[in-house]
Amino acid sequence: MAARIHGGAGAGAATALSTFNPKKLVAPSRTNLPAITRSKRYIVASGSDASNKSLRVRHSQKLIANAAVAVCLLSLILHELLLFEALQEGLEEEMDRDPHVCVMGEDVGHYGGSYKVTKGLADKFGDLRVLDTPICENAFTGMGIGAAMTGLRPVIEGMNMGFLLLAFNQISNNCGMLHYTSGGQFTIPVVIRGPGGVGRQLGAEHSQRLESYFQSIPGIQMVACSTPYNAKGLMKAAIRSENPVILFEHVLLYNLKEKIPDEEYICNLEEAEMVRPGEHITILTYSRMRYHVMQAAKTLVNKGYDPEVIDIRSLKPFDLYTIGNSVKKTHRVLIVEECMRTGGIGASLTAAINENFHDYLDAPVMCLSSQDVPTPYAGTLEEWTVVQPAQIVTAVEQLCQ
Amino acid sequence: MATSFSSATIPLHGSQENRLLLPPIRLAPSSSSFLGSTRSLTIPSSRRLYHAHAARRSPVVGVQEVVKDKKITNTLLITKEEGLVLYEDMILGRSFEDMCAQMYYRGKMFGFVHLYNGQEAVSTGFIKLLTQSDSVVSTYRDHVHALSKGVSARAVMSELFGKVTGCCRGQGGSMHMFSKEHNVLGGFAFIGEGIPVATGAAFTSKYKREVLKQDCEDVTIAFFGDGTCNNGQFYECLNMAALYKLPIIFVVENNLWAIGMSHLRSTSDPEIWKKGPAFGMPGVHVDGMDVLKVREVAKEAVTRARRGEGPTLVECETYRFRGHSLADPDELRDAAEKAKYAARDPITALKKYLVENKLANEAELKSIEKKIDELVEEAVEFADASPQPGRSQLLENVFADPKGFGIGPDGRYRCEDPKFTEGTAQV
Repeated sequence: MAARIHGGAGAGAATALSTFNPKKLVAPSRTNLPAITRSKRYIVASGSDASNKSLRVRHSQKLIANAAVAVCLLSLILHELLLFEALQEGLEEEMDRDPHVCVMGEDVGHYGGSYKVTKGLADKFGDLRVLDTPICENAFTGMGIGAAMTGLRPVIEGMNMGFLLLAFNQISNNCGMLHYTSGGQFTIPVVIRGPGGVGRQLGAEHSQRLESYFQSIPGIQMVACSTPYNAKGLMKAAIRSENPVILFEHVLLYNLKEKIPDEEYICNLEEAEMVRPGEHITILTYSRMRYHVMQAAKTLVNKGYDPEVIDIRSLKPFDLYTIGNSVKKTHRVLIVEECMRTGGIGASLTAAINENFHDYLDAPVMCLSSQDVPTPYAGTLEEWTVVQPAQIVTAVEQLCQ
Repeated sequence: MATSFSSATIPLHGSQENRLLLPPIRLAPSSSSFLGSTRSLTIPSSRRLYHAHAARRSPVVGVQEVVKDKKITNTLLITKEEGLVLYEDMILGRSFEDMCAQMYYRGKMFGFVHLYNGQEAVSTGFIKLLTQSDSVVSTYRDHVHALSKGVSARAVMSELFGKVTGCCRGQGGSMHMFSKEHNVLGGFAFIGEGIPVATGAAFTSKYKREVLKQDCEDVTIAFFGDGTCNNGQFYECLNMAALYKLPIIFVVENNLWAIGMSHLRSTSDPEIWKKGPAFGMPGVHVDGMDVLKVREVAKEAVTRARRGEGPTLVECETYRFRGHSLADPDELRDAAEKAKYAARDPITALKKYLVENKLANEAELKSIEKKIDELVEEAVEFADASPQPGRSQLLENVFADPKGFGIGPDGRYRCEDPKFTEGTAQV
């Protein structure tokens, strides 16, 4: 049974973002929907021009028709919310589910969180479960790690990801390493989360992308959310995971609006998300650049190209299964990221693809990253430090020659 | 048994000045005597201290010379059983560390090994008061803390030899002793790194009591040195511990030297116990070469923590008889200083106390020493005979959930870089 979810335009997203609105219920076969729905339906409705390719339905093999209809209807009960509300929902559901889950960070309690992700939680769960810490990132991150070793499941918030540079000692030495160094005796089920990335003229120190610094630390997983759907799913999955997970959010994406299912779901932490299937070229991206890529994709489609866009989501480990399948199909790869050119996620990904899928490539892997500059304050300069849709279009045209 | 925390007049900070022998910086460090150990300072009752942070001047706190008092009133501090337990623990610490040195020079263990000779009173004095569910966090000088807490000598020795049967399967080494069973939370190589972890363990204790409504009286003890007390993490944790009234005890093992840096050369105010009241917790100074004095202070601090009255900062004046590590030639410290502290060897002192107070005779103590010698020998044999870790152990335990490597739900390496596990990790 085919169904189309109508996406309205205008997501209420930050103005700098494209008008592409991911108002689709993406439930590809690999996404972990809870056991309630065994449907492997894959429904995509794009807000762009209606083309045959944008609507594709695959049915599960083993459903009884009535159950299929019931399940179908169940997974279609949606509610609309903003990305920070989705994070809050995910966090609240996990805190309801497990009393060991707690939050620590600056201004997460009474203030409700600088980006309102923890709004209302202190009133509901109390001041100890939603702990307002003093300004000592190293110490409270370490405190979270110690608490995790002794049985709690803290969610540590960095008010801005850049502040976690102060906690680097604890994240690198303790968070990543203690499970191994203790011979497997202690697990560290923490979630370290916070907004990062280039915002609106926030200046150099508030516009940092820490994923490149953290990626070498053995023993941690890194994920980046980009839509309300995957924000909630990844938050829940990260909290349930026994590994330490760093969840990267983006300052400019907090006001994205999307309809997400009422029923509970989690997203797989190690999986990438197929945003737009295609044939000509694979574009790998994550976080905010996804929207720049989709904006460029509209232009490209008009020009006759058919890009396959994958939001890699999992920054460590890379989902080379999805990426590999895509490379084997399209033979061309473009990576679009917000990290710096030197030593960023894109650099690692380029190396991984070249090493593993070299035979399948028709052209060298191209990686578009931010300039290696401290993000300037001036609006024009800031715009030129990050990758813009026009550059993406040019790069695709160049690769597809 | 009189408590050492009796309320008495608090000499305010100002009046102490004429008694302080604070040396000017230009003096050679080894020629100055350490402050306070022979001084009797007084401590206010904890209620007065609670309001301490409101006072303009931080109250001076210390501990009275309880042992001297005790002798006057003829009441003993310990029973025979307790005395023998303490003695055995200290002898175990000393013998074990001496054996470590031997094994290191024979090439059985490598890397950085930091020995605890001379400081046994601190470990024994505090840890022998704890239960199994209480936690201990230490630094790289952690062999004896692990032993006092209950980790078997075999497990520690095997860990030092890098064998599979070690407490951390050979993956930690000298500086990373962990034990889930005995709640030893490490073993950290960077100084100050363990203090936030200890604060977290204390936080869990409080959380269990207040949020999960469980009966939890667990306390955490964080051991660290004088060098750490100049590190930011220390102060950040003092603040948080006092703020949230966490059941934690911060124990400073002030042995006056951070490798070759004298405490007096690196610290603007060398009296570390004073830093406690600055954050609103009692700061206590005690003679760390005397296990009975340490034990008295520890009892009070642990009771405070279990009652939910918050943290305590205890500064133990102690000394390490060997160098910072086995690689340290230890040429900088003055022979006279070393001799002075060698004369205050905690084991000799306890032995003297036990014998003089008729708690034990020489024969019993000798038999304990013999037993420990055999235990340590056996530990070495066990470690020698244990197998080394195999290749397959290299990638185990990196992640609690191996999906972190990208293994799919069916158990196969699905998402990961196929070259990752075969890559350059071919040692």
